[in-house]
Amino acid sequence: MSTFTPQPGAAPLHRMIAAQALMETRLLLRNGEQLLLAVVIPVVVLVGGVAGSERVGLSFSDPAVDMFTPGVLALAVMSTSFTSLAIATGFERRYGVIKRLGASPLPRSGLLGGKVLALLAVEVLQALVVGGVALALGWNPQGGPGAVVGALLTALLGTAAFASLGLFVAGALRAEATLAAANLVYLLLMAGGAVVLPRSAYGSFGSVVQWLPSGALGDGLRAALLDGHVAVLPALVLLGWTALGTALTARTFTWE
Amino acid sequence: MQVIDLAMRYGDKVALDGLSLEVARGSITAVLGPNGAGKTTTLETCEGYRRPQSGTVRVLGLDPVRDRRALLPRIGVMLQGSGAWSGARAVEMLRHVASLHAHPVDVDLLVERLGLADCGRTPYRRLSGGQQQRLGLAMAVVGRPELVFVDEPTAGMDPQARRDTWALLEEVRRDGVTVVLTTHYMDEAEQLADTVHIIDRGRLVASGSPTELTRGSQVSTIRLVVTRPFPPGAPASLTAALGPDVVVRLIDELSLVVTGPADASTLARVSRWCEEQGVLPESLHLGTRSLEDVFLDLTGRELAV
Repeated sequence: MSTFTPQPGAAPLHRMIAAQALMETRLLLRNGEQLLLAVVIPVVVLVGGVAGSERVGLSFSDPAVDMFTPGVLALAVMSTSFTSLAIATGFERRYGVIKRLGASPLPRSGLLGGKVLALLAVEVLQALVVGGVALALGWNPQGGPGAVVGALLTALLGTAAFASLGLFVAGALRAEATLAAANLVYLLLMAGGAVVLPRSAYGSFGSVVQWLPSGALGDGLRAALLDGHVAVLPALVLLGWTALGTALTARTFTWE
Repeated sequence: MQVIDLAMRYGDKVALDGLSLEVARGSITAVLGPNGAGKTTTLETCEGYRRPQSGTVRVLGLDPVRDRRALLPRIGVMLQGSGAWSGARAVEMLRHVASLHAHPVDVDLLVERLGLADCGRTPYRRLSGGQQQRLGLAMAVVGRPELVFVDEPTAGMDPQARRDTWALLEEVRRDGVTVVLTTHYMDEAEQLADTVHIIDRGRLVASGSPTELTRGSQVSTIRLVVTRPFPPGAPASLTAALGPDVVVRLIDELSLVVTGPADASTLARVSRWCEEQGVLPESLHLGTRSLEDVFLDLTGRELAV
């Protein structure tokens, strides 16, 4: 048989998804700004938050590091599943990557599966780094099944919600506009979305932000890692945002 | 592959206006036409990116939209413009596309064949235009497809890269792959294609092998290149010397093309005219009609617009 003798065929779906996930993870980690967003900013917020609250004598019902760490983990999830994903996907559209892959045997579900696995891989890395720094600062998280299930469930639902919204932004806007919007939304939610700081810090506005995906993600992780239980309302809020984001993305996303 | 009466419009602009054409298995077929003729729209409809607004498209017997999942593994696509992550390295990108197929071609061999070994670790955004195109071609053939679509494969390439690309396309065809390419270079169509479909403004204006298309008349061309610029009024005085059967077209100040009966007496008169005008011929090239002439005859316009 000669070099190019036709022998067409798709690789098995699981192999395609693994290849796609590996490729996307490598590309995410190779990009300097993405790494800044994924690891450096959360660590700076954590260390700064803990040191700062000690200096100004801010007191919470729990030690500062216990209070900040779940929020910083929530911030890390948000930065990867929303901002990084939106920017990467926006430029994939711009450079014709999605169109190119659209002509390959990789089905849409495989593309999505690869992206989700890549997000989870980066989030595991983030959790290891943030968790490591937090432990060094004296973090004492809740143990037990409620904490573990609550944290994993919230992180997964938060990833789903933010990823569906990130894909919507990337599919609806041009690449540059996506870059700007994804960063802006990230900054706004970091400051005013009850991700890092608990809702109680926002006064009467706190009852509004619990309906934001950022607030729900922060609440859910704090409930799990601070109080050791699975919070139901934040989970439902995140499910609602996922449904909205998925519906919007399905209606508007184009490969070009 | 069959396209029957395909019509596509974007807003007011008609892209395809009842186009019909066929591609035989195992051939290289060129879709030739100027920019804006509808070449890319035709290809993207065959690739299943666009749904035909009217008319029918069948590729390997399948409907490219309805049977897309079944069709995709069997075709290879080279897009115009990029189609790779800007941060992905050249060979890394090719390996990724290869890994999506069941029986990919050996990546190292393909890299070597297309002269991509030197830039294998270069990120896509830093590859030259020609390297990006060769990588695009490699991604189209790496999955051992039955049919490849290549959109303007050598646009803007240097001569060596062009020869590598042509050699690869000929090898691919020899191994039994059907190749459909769009181009606005007639030398590319003449060199590579078994069949040429000339399209203009969304319609098929002629089909046939390059020989069939360029044969069929006594008309030939004489290309005259001289060492010093022609004197003023040269086309008119040459036309007067050669008689009413010929058309003289000035290409630049050093060359012109005579179209008409290229017989011995015309040649003799051209060389006598040179002597009278005091210009020294550097070359006098006798040729048959080119595809460019065919296109000009059919549409009244130049191909390279």
